[in-house]
Amino acid sequence: MNFRRFALIFLPYGWLLALFLVPFIIVLKISLSDIALAIPPYSPTIDFSGGWKGLTGFLGKLDFENFVFLTMDDLYWKAYLSSLKIALLATFATLLVGFPIAYGMARAPEEWRPTLMMLVILPFWTSFLIRVYAWIGILSQEGYLNQFLLWTGIISNPLLILNTNAAVYIGIVYTYLPFMILPIYASLEKMDISLLEAAEDLGCSRTQAFWLITLPLSRSGIIAGCFLVFIPTIGEFVIPSLLGGSGTLMIGKVLWEEFFSNRDWPVASAVAVILLLILVVPIVLFQRNQQKQAEAEE
Amino acid sequence: MAQAKGQKVFAPWEDANEKPLIQFKGVTKKFGDFVAIDDIDLDIFAKEFFALLGPSGCGKTTLMRMLAGFETPTKGVIMLDGQDIDPVPANKRPVNMMFQSYALFPHLTVEQNIAFGLKRSPMPKDEIPARVDEMLKLTRLSRFAKRKPHQISGGQRQRVALARSLAKAPKLLLLDEPLGALDKKLRQDTQFELMDIQEKTGTTFVIVTHDQEEAMTVASRVAVMNEGKLIQVSTPDRIYENPNSLYVADFIGEVNIIRGKCSPHKKSEDRYEINWAEDQPKLIATSDQPFGKDDACAMAIRPEKITISAEKPEGTPNVLKGRVHDIGYLGSISTYHVQLPSGEIIKAQTTNSRRISRRSFTWDDEVWLSWTETAGILLPDAPLVTS
Repeated sequence: MNFRRFALIFLPYGWLLALFLVPFIIVLKISLSDIALAIPPYSPTIDFSGGWKGLTGFLGKLDFENFVFLTMDDLYWKAYLSSLKIALLATFATLLVGFPIAYGMARAPEEWRPTLMMLVILPFWTSFLIRVYAWIGILSQEGYLNQFLLWTGIISNPLLILNTNAAVYIGIVYTYLPFMILPIYASLEKMDISLLEAAEDLGCSRTQAFWLITLPLSRSGIIAGCFLVFIPTIGEFVIPSLLGGSGTLMIGKVLWEEFFSNRDWPVASAVAVILLLILVVPIVLFQRNQQKQAEAEE
Repeated sequence: MAQAKGQKVFAPWEDANEKPLIQFKGVTKKFGDFVAIDDIDLDIFAKEFFALLGPSGCGKTTLMRMLAGFETPTKGVIMLDGQDIDPVPANKRPVNMMFQSYALFPHLTVEQNIAFGLKRSPMPKDEIPARVDEMLKLTRLSRFAKRKPHQISGGQRQRVALARSLAKAPKLLLLDEPLGALDKKLRQDTQFELMDIQEKTGTTFVIVTHDQEEAMTVASRVAVMNEGKLIQVSTPDRIYENPNSLYVADFIGEVNIIRGKCSPHKKSEDRYEINWAEDQPKLIATSDQPFGKDDACAMAIRPEKITISAEKPEGTPNVLKGRVHDIGYLGSISTYHVQLPSGEIIKAQTTNSRRISRRSFTWDDEVWLSWTETAGILLPDAPLVTS
């Protein structure tokens, strides 16, 4: 009995320990190391054969130099800020696109809903990378969008969309839309339609009923959707590097360049650690929202 | 409805000068090919407690939703206070509805729920709290004003829904199965509370229910509906004692139905003899409806109007012999299922005024059933819709 209880508690904690805490400690360790021309490209490394003395010697060589370096070069904090700004705006844009879709799905005839749900999930069945590449074909100057707009005569010169921030926003909204739609749909679908009739019966117009009843009741879905988009968008790397231009500054891109172009693993790790610390706040808020929602439902 | 002594009996439907508050004139409602409401004419008067009663799918909810403004009639006119309400949208009608699910706004407190309608009315802002207070007192909810709907009991939620729908002092309050979600004991208490509140506020109530006991208890008049038609509209006692059809007799309460052929009684005009079985004596019953000789008819008689005795009673016209087949003991009353020699089962009810051990007959005893000439009612024969 006691063993079973222990196993039950240990499993999730063991999982977190092995797959989250251990890798984080490794990254943290690298971030406190110095760059070196070696394999791996940093020093010191742990030498277990050295025993206790080797370990203390190793710990003595760790320092916060890389973190200090991050504050010296304004590239880093600018990249963090720019990432936050892009993530915030993209989340808001995803909400604006996603809410009406979720609303339409929740109000669609019941027999249609599984199909609509399928259509939202279907893009996940292809590789994310391929879908982002496809957008290059759509957004480039000779792409389908420009061809179509030229053909209809709306524009006379092709628009420059690819390799700008606009393309990054389009890519993010497209990629993360399902994460916005699904939680909002879930909260809207649960809503009792007679609440809207009651609001109307008590003197509300349809629009008033939407603002006073529908929106507050889908709040937890909106919050969950926003966090699900916001959190991964901050560290997004693929979309800005494929669709963005040289002017697109995002921390994910900086991180990638530190690792693979500069081969400065310690600085890259420091960037990653700070990114994680920044993300702790929204993740905690998200968890709290989920918990509140679960409490309201019981 | 209870009436104080000396007061004129409340019966505006019998007064030809009285103007109805609501008038349905030839109203039909179709959903595609399905006829939900079939050419209904109905008058409902101010201050009435009017019940729409029928099995599910009979159109009673549709009728109510048309009053609320959530459905529009396919044909016909609905008048409220002498005005056609068809062009008035739901949110502009002086009609409020209490929903079956209560439809309380889960994100608002009890107080905010009640104030919701008032905030969207022309009532000045500073008068709203007083009105909310009044409603809270009326429904005994003052202690729960700050709670959210999920923090109170089912009975309290029901009262919040009532308070919210009454807050705007509507001309007409619609109640959709208002007590359906409550357990039996609470339901009975709440029925009387509803009647009290209706009398206090003087609002016209229209209630939709499938529970005939509930309709009989609360309503001043009951409309029995079936398949989109009004079968009978009358006071509860007339519905029970003088059903106009076999459907109503069977739908309301328990009833014994004896089918046969009738012939007019020699001595009296409204009495008929019923020949219902070869070897059984003819039965005598009254009827408001005229019957010809040998018309197919059915006599409906309520179990409590049948006397059951161990010895053959003298001087009663309708006497049948049978054997006790089953006894349903309900505490205050017992229902005896008596099997006639022909195999038919007749239900008879008596109050248990004596202790059960002193009962003079029990299972398989031979007993006599008897009732007076006016106890049964004769109706045209019709197939029964068993719901």
